[in-house]
Amino acid sequence: MEVKAPLPQVPPPGWSEFKDLQEWEKYHQERATDDKTSNALASIADAIHHMPGGWIVTTSTDKIFNWARQSSIWPVTFGLACCAIEMMATFASRFDVERFGMVPWASPRHSDLMIVSGTVTIKMAPMLKRIYDQMPDPKWVVSMGSCANSGGPFRHGYHVVKGVDRVVPVDVYVPGCPPTPDSLMYGLLKLKEQVAEFQKTGQRSTAADRG
Amino acid sequence: MTSADATARIRERFGVEPAAEGGGLAVALPRERWLAFGRFAKDELGCAYFNWLSAIDWKEQGLEVLYRVENLDAKLVLTLRTKLGPGETRCASLVAVWRGADWMERECYDMFGVIFEGHPDPRRILLSEDWEGYPLRKDYAVDTPHAPYR
Repeated sequence: MEVKAPLPQVPPPGWSEFKDLQEWEKYHQERATDDKTSNALASIADAIHHMPGGWIVTTSTDKIFNWARQSSIWPVTFGLACCAIEMMATFASRFDVERFGMVPWASPRHSDLMIVSGTVTIKMAPMLKRIYDQMPDPKWVVSMGSCANSGGPFRHGYHVVKGVDRVVPVDVYVPGCPPTPDSLMYGLLKLKEQVAEFQKTGQRSTAADRG
Repeated sequence: MTSADATARIRERFGVEPAAEGGGLAVALPRERWLAFGRFAKDELGCAYFNWLSAIDWKEQGLEVLYRVENLDAKLVLTLRTKLGPGETRCASLVAVWRGADWMERECYDMFGVIFEGHPDPRRILLSEDWEGYPLRKDYAVDTPHAPYR
């Protein structure tokens, strides 16, 4: 049977969206300048804090808020590689992070925490950043495993981001390849300690702080 | 169609001696006869199964492209290799003969920068469209810092 050659044709660029995504990221790196609500709330809190005896109110409300924050950290499920298997084991009944108030949630809009479990490739990094940007403040990131920490065994590959902290700010690094559920739970407990100190450590680090 | 049979036909038709290699026959041909050999292997030797296509970077000697096809009924395994020559990146596409060569050739273009002439969809397949360079070439600088994430 004669097989006919398909007509050669140059297709339109299929990834035109990628440039749009990069542009979108460029404009969403920092808080918008016309965000009046956050500034107003901050100034009200500041005024209360500087009233005579007002610091009692602010510090105790901070404590209450931080207790609430650390008691219901909802991690967005972001499984990338074999670390995700250990992450799923941590979420499941044997290790059961729900006793810490953590509910693995499949939407970044309702989540406080992103567990980056696995190798972040250069192609995946913009999507990771996008999901991080979709999460509401305050938000935390746990980098799980060698790959997410530093690139791991694939560090000298051509396609791997050498640490997820080059894409998003990371709060807790969990070492291991992959980390056991116990390691991840230890990291999550460390994160709870950090959340408890949230206001004392100040606002989230900015791009300037990270260098 | 036995292995000896195929050897005789290749010798008669292309004037080269197939070598026993990798559990089958290996044929090295100049790049002009790449597509002709493909049609011959499919139509006359019955190699309907396109196993893989890849390339080797021999540095200053240039790229070498090779593919393996099989006749599963006769258990005939055939490897064809061709050296493109220094600095040469163009090669004939085999998609017209085996549709299975489509993604293989796109991957080869992606990783080695071999341009398959006559390919219906010559885009990158694994890396993003704006990727610079071809990572599996020997002169690709893997650890070079590269915007925005490396």
